[in-house]
Amino acid sequence: MTAATLDQLRNIASDIFGIPADKITTESSPQTVESWDSMQHLSLVLAVEEKFGVQFDPEEIERMTNIGAVVALIEKLQSAPR
Amino acid sequence: MSESNSNSKPLERNPPNLRAEVDKLISEGVLDLAARLLAELWRRDPAPATASFVTSRLDDVRQKTPDKLALTKFKLAILRSFTVEPIVPLLRAEAFGYGIDLEVQVGDFNTYVQDMLDAQSSLYRFAPDAVVLAVRTDQAAQELWSDFADLAPEAAQQAAERVVHNYEQWIGAFRKHSQAALIVHSLERPSSPSLGVLDDQSETGQSGFIRQINRELRRIAQACHGVYVLDYDALVARHGSEHWHDERKWLMARLPIAAACLLPMAREWMRFIVPLSRRTAKVLVVDLDNTLWGGVIGEDGMNGIAVGSEYPGAAYQALQRALLDLSRKGILLALCSKNNLDDAMEALDNHPGMLLRATHFAALRINWTDKAQNLREIAQELNVGLDALAFIDDNRFEREQVRAALPEVTVIDLPKNPMEYASAVRNCAALERLTLSAEDQQRTEMYAAQKQRAAAGQNFQSKEDFFRYLEQEAELEPVSDLTLERVAQLTQKTNQFNLTTRRYTESQIAEMAKKPGWQVVSIKVHDRFGDHGLVGVAITHDVGDQCEIDTFLLSCRIIGRTVETAMLAHVAESAVQRGRKRLEGWFLPTRKNAPARDFYEQHGFASQVTNCEGSLWALDLESFTLRCPDWIKLKVATETTSGGKN
Repeated sequence: MTAATLDQLRNIASDIFGIPADKITTESSPQTVESWDSMQHLSLVLAVEEKFGVQFDPEEIERMTNIGAVVALIEKLQSAPR
Repeated sequence: MSESNSNSKPLERNPPNLRAEVDKLISEGVLDLAARLLAELWRRDPAPATASFVTSRLDDVRQKTPDKLALTKFKLAILRSFTVEPIVPLLRAEAFGYGIDLEVQVGDFNTYVQDMLDAQSSLYRFAPDAVVLAVRTDQAAQELWSDFADLAPEAAQQAAERVVHNYEQWIGAFRKHSQAALIVHSLERPSSPSLGVLDDQSETGQSGFIRQINRELRRIAQACHGVYVLDYDALVARHGSEHWHDERKWLMARLPIAAACLLPMAREWMRFIVPLSRRTAKVLVVDLDNTLWGGVIGEDGMNGIAVGSEYPGAAYQALQRALLDLSRKGILLALCSKNNLDDAMEALDNHPGMLLRATHFAALRINWTDKAQNLREIAQELNVGLDALAFIDDNRFEREQVRAALPEVTVIDLPKNPMEYASAVRNCAALERLTLSAEDQQRTEMYAAQKQRAAAGQNFQSKEDFFRYLEQEAELEPVSDLTLERVAQLTQKTNQFNLTTRRYTESQIAEMAKKPGWQVVSIKVHDRFGDHGLVGVAITHDVGDQCEIDTFLLSCRIIGRTVETAMLAHVAESAVQRGRKRLEGWFLPTRKNAPARDFYEQHGFASQVTNCEGSLWALDLESFTLRCPDWIKLKVATETTSGGKN
């Protein structure tokens, strides 16, 4: 996992969830972030897709259970573009 | 390019730092600057995440200072058959960039029919300024979309007619319950029609029927004031159907549009919202070197600059064509360039590749003064506010300087590549118009005549001599179908000589003209130099034995030539003819209507009441007669020419 991807994602998550970027870790999840509901989950997915130029499958979106998982998926898609 | 020699260093701030700065400014209460940095952040990084940040901080700023930001409030309702929620922050951030404080209500999924038909629905309770009706073809024309192969041609034709009939019913009901503007998405054609290439061999294929529905939608919209078509099919085509759609999101979240195309969707809506909220520009001020042509005329000379039909001059010619199109929509062009006048004029007059000549520009500032000062002078010369100006310049330093000095001016960022200049101008929402009057189409000629008038005026001893020389003729008539659009436009756009600044839509004007006791009168003026077109509106209504002035306004280009006196004299005269004894009117001050402040007093009205809203004035029609100045010939059309109001 590269620090650059994580940093970019933390900035995006900070904008979407309205919490400071330094409060966001790979462990942050809908359980630890109050504003992370299903609509915000969609907003996060769209913001990530726009920023990284990727598109996720529905199963992948369901697997995004925390920030670490999102980073892993971004990097997987970036290394094997479909 | 001049980009390299400009000192743009102090402007560089990367977005995360900007965010921290904004938060710091908000906590310190420096809200004006916080709002400006938010706008800068949005310009630099117009992405979905940024939109969330911008809208949340904007709400913070607004809460602390509700009215200080000078934003135009606008309420938009979106009726839809698909998920639009992720677009809303982008739309609000984009609106903020145009000086609009946008409040958005999103209707429930597929309840648009009930919402429009039911006068008590949450849609109408929200009292929107505009409504978007965004329905996908699979909902609006289900049979044609999914079961087309099963339909006989007659059945398909009937299905298409049913769709049109539905829209007619919905729009009709909407107009009965609301005066708001309505923006109707046209229907998208299938990217893979059911019969493949065979589909397009006739007008009775799947695409053919949808095209037919779209044509009918345009017809319905044209027949109904304040209803507009958004060509969704063309929008998708412009961005490429495959790029636009995201089938996975559609199946998962009922969101058919890909992440990268959410902003283009928001921007397309803005092309309607900006003109509807009257945040449009009236004048586009353009630079010369590396904007209207490639190269620097003072250094490269006539043979060295690039403008023509071939690369690289074609990019600049394409921009000039876009500017010509704007002037046909009634947007004035002006020039502001740091150059030697002679060099610039030689290229403007004689370069064979130029589509624009000096006569296309209503004002010229070719000098070495800074651009902010020149823009102030241009606004003054053309008698418009700074907020009526838009500005393009290839040089980022000049743009930022104008932005910093004159935040009211709409600064359009030109992309790095000149090939993209024309579309940057064509897609700017501040330069959109939703309707076009005859005056709009002739505005450039009218301003040229205005210049001649000003020159002639300098040779007369007295104002009265000059007025007599002008041979002004004013024509007064009740509003009719032919003039409705322009009359409404004037109530919406006139800021300076406007006694009450009441803004009316076409449907409201039509409504008023029908009401007993109400008179909506327009004035047209021409003189020896040319036609001014329809330049003034007076709306009055009779209450008991008095006549109350609801609206009294004149376009800024006609102020100070005693036409206002002629129009008031007519209002008084016709009130007397209807048996009224008193004429009454409010002056409601705004930031811009100082030119109208002393109007009633100067015409013999007595002050009645003054409160926080304004002052009420009255004239006793039995003891006081207002005369039309003898140098204006007044023609009054009879009521009968107004026929066919609806």
